[in-house]
Amino acid sequence: MNNQGSHIVKTTTWSPGPGCHGGCGVLAHIKDGKLVKIEGDPDHPMNQGRLCARALAMTQYVDHPDRLRYPIKRTGKRGENKWQRITWAEAFDWIEEKMNKIREEHGPESMVFNVGTGRDIYAWVCMLAYAYGSPNVMFGLSGQACYGPRLSAVCTVQGDFAVFDAAQWFPDRFKDPRYTPPECMIIWGYNIHATCPDNQFGHWIVDLMKKGTTIICIDPRLSWFASRSKHHLRLRPGTDSALVMGFLNVIINQDLHDKRFLERWTNGAHLIREDTSKLLREDDLTDTGSHGNFAAWDAENARPVIWASADAAYRDNQASPALSGQWDVLLASGDTVRCHTAWDEFCREVNTYPLERVEAITGVSAKEIRAAAELYAKSKPASIHWGVAVDMTPALTPLVTGITALWALTGNLDIPGGNVFAKFAFDVVSYALPGTTGPIGLKSKEMDKPRIGADRFMPLNKFYWRCQTDVTLDQIFTEKPYPIKGMWIQTAGIMQGLGMDPKRWKKALEKLDFVVAVDLFHTPTTQYADVVLPAGSFLEKDSLRSWWVPLQTINKAMTVDECLPDMEINFELAKRFDPDYKYETLYDLYDDILKPSGMTFKELQEKGWAYPPEGSSSCPYRRHEKGLLRSDKKPGFRTQTGLFELYSTLRDEWDLEPIPHHEEPPFTPVSRPDLAKDYPLILSTGRRSPAFFHSEHRNIPWLREIDPDPLVEIHPGTAASHGIGNGEWLWIENWMGRARYKAKLTPVVPEWMIMASHGWWFPEKEAAEPSLYGVWESNINQLIPMNHHGKDGQGAPIKHSMCKIYKCSPEEVNHG
Amino acid sequence: MAKKHEFGLLIDYEYCTGCHTCQVACAQEHDWPAGMGGIRVSEIIQKLPKGKYYLTYLPFPTELCVLCKPLTKQGLEPACVKHCMAGCMQYGPVEELAKEMTKKARTVLYVPR
Repeated sequence: MNNQGSHIVKTTTWSPGPGCHGGCGVLAHIKDGKLVKIEGDPDHPMNQGRLCARALAMTQYVDHPDRLRYPIKRTGKRGENKWQRITWAEAFDWIEEKMNKIREEHGPESMVFNVGTGRDIYAWVCMLAYAYGSPNVMFGLSGQACYGPRLSAVCTVQGDFAVFDAAQWFPDRFKDPRYTPPECMIIWGYNIHATCPDNQFGHWIVDLMKKGTTIICIDPRLSWFASRSKHHLRLRPGTDSALVMGFLNVIINQDLHDKRFLERWTNGAHLIREDTSKLLREDDLTDTGSHGNFAAWDAENARPVIWASADAAYRDNQASPALSGQWDVLLASGDTVRCHTAWDEFCREVNTYPLERVEAITGVSAKEIRAAAELYAKSKPASIHWGVAVDMTPALTPLVTGITALWALTGNLDIPGGNVFAKFAFDVVSYALPGTTGPIGLKSKEMDKPRIGADRFMPLNKFYWRCQTDVTLDQIFTEKPYPIKGMWIQTAGIMQGLGMDPKRWKKALEKLDFVVAVDLFHTPTTQYADVVLPAGSFLEKDSLRSWWVPLQTINKAMTVDECLPDMEINFELAKRFDPDYKYETLYDLYDDILKPSGMTFKELQEKGWAYPPEGSSSCPYRRHEKGLLRSDKKPGFRTQTGLFELYSTLRDEWDLEPIPHHEEPPFTPVSRPDLAKDYPLILSTGRRSPAFFHSEHRNIPWLREIDPDPLVEIHPGTAASHGIGNGEWLWIENWMGRARYKAKLTPVVPEWMIMASHGWWFPEKEAAEPSLYGVWESNINQLIPMNHHGKDGQGAPIKHSMCKIYKCSPEEVNHG
Repeated sequence: MAKKHEFGLLIDYEYCTGCHTCQVACAQEHDWPAGMGGIRVSEIIQKLPKGKYYLTYLPFPTELCVLCKPLTKQGLEPACVKHCMAGCMQYGPVEELAKEMTKKARTVLYVPR
């Protein structure tokens, strides 16, 4: 390719384009305002010159003939694909008028703001929603079942999130003398190299394998990592929580846990009342005691000692609290109550999972579980990385807190090569993930009150600033306790991607008075909007990124016709909806967000990226020991007690089980043997392709040729018994509906399970209804219900349902 | 005198994860339309004893591979090698790569057309 006369812009990927959670450094070659080439930036510490297929296909993406290039307004009915070009000024004026009307007549909470996954967009959607006055920012998955729930669950017991350590905190990466690679790593429910790994880089694990890291893979499917693993635990989908209890059982009963960590840093010694099964609190013991303080038993002096949560310490620092035992404790009421320790309670629960029972639940042999658990526990250091499979189950919190306990009890928390605290670089928060807040917020707590589901689902109330998706969908129909009148949908595909039971979402959109979509291409969802605004790709925007480390800017390399970056669109409207908006320009806001780093946007942009220095809270290691996690600078964790909570004080307060355990999901052969008669196969969904990010990229020729059809993986034996050959079309069906897929016969799936890809629609097909880009043909979400989220409002049964399969008739094949 | 084939591609197929980066990197570099390109990735699933399987992804340089001569002439790496996410591809003189092979099992050396 002739690149004469082109100039190079160094920038960072995030969202539109590769679609991903971003972070890779790229060099964009621009000539006459067009992208002529893109390559990985060899100097960038994250990817070191490497680049994925989706980012490399940007030259086909930015100037794609189907890009939306100017604002359009619907002229026909929703779904008729009839549009009229309007100017930006007309678009902004009309949106302002319509949304102001909704706000005046029904209140700001009657607008819901829907956003896609992990994008450089949450901050800017929140900016708009909050300036408008609505707390209802919605991630479209049932139970918000991706990443956020996992973060909330980890924050509940550990205060801060943690990720596997691949030396990503240091500019010279693996060469940094502080770093040690893990001896062993568990990859839990993650086909990581083919995904966008939550702003990590999947192939870092390949780098680690080359350094000798041994892999344990927990996955019903034989992923590439599973085929390279020492132990592949092929569990029945939805039984991960039983498996983690099995691991804990081996580790505790073989005395492989880290006693120093258990005694010093956990609330294992805190007492639980046997009469109420609740934690013993200081106000149980004295009338003036605090409800936020807890108690342990000082065995030497045979008396309770108080854990003062605000000090993250025992009130009597000479106390030697017992980890195990039963005592009668005198209460302020004069009664005596029998108490035991949280650690005893934890062990009691763990001991209800002998490996024979775990084998019966998971289908993984006791011998294999034991060997894998021993390898993990004896490897120093060892780390765990988990995928969305842990969120896509209703009882995700009991699972996630179990895995968190694994890394804590083995002494792998915030040590080199272990699971280390993931903090925003320099504490700069643009994208307020669960458990954090930044400069973008609602003006008052009062305005957050109507947030849907936040009153009854405490993780949403405490950590995760979204509305509950399932309840929101119901509320669109019931209008109780207040009506939803409009939806702002930004680079999100509720019909073709995130929405379970998508036809119900279609009905919901039909019911709304006003729908705005912001996207780069038309999709089935944008066809239901009243106005569609053309967004820019990552190459068309100035932005910043502090999602863990480093802190970096995204730098505008080009423009495409009238397309505007998401944040510029939202900023203009934020100022219109809030006349007192405190920022004059977007760059004023960026500077404010960046304040904790001591740099302005321009200064950071000149550097490209910056790494937090030793001693800052976003630089590892052992930050709980150094007082780098808490705002009061005391050693400890950012939890209620300041401890790692093996027994969750928050869940104790929320009347939810405070200890990890297994709950059988709602649609499995075990929980629903009645359904299993008609639907004998386990249906797992979300098979990843390295060519696509969820529902995107079906229109990019270089990517589509890698995976041209909606594939379902079927074991050759299962296919044979159904008379289905490789490459033949079949129906996947259950009580909810059916979807048409092409069979890929492969032993990577077990005989009892099929694995369907997700996000399928066909940009090449007719846009207008009834086709709607063929969105109802191969949309596997039609087989998955809403409203089966977990007790805490999080998680959903997306990776384990049930189905039957049968071959398509010849006419049905031709139709496709 | 017969033409000498001096340069080749060494693939460590233990670490290729099948991400198809090489394929798209090639298409972009040479402006190939979809369906054409200098490298393709195959999937090979081999059954092993005790019910195990070994999953291999194998990049294969096609008739269209010119080893990125315009880049390598400038001392740069071929587009596929530069972008390989797993770092499992090397470009160089065939003799040097052959020596490399003696140090690492599960490798294959290609000398494209």
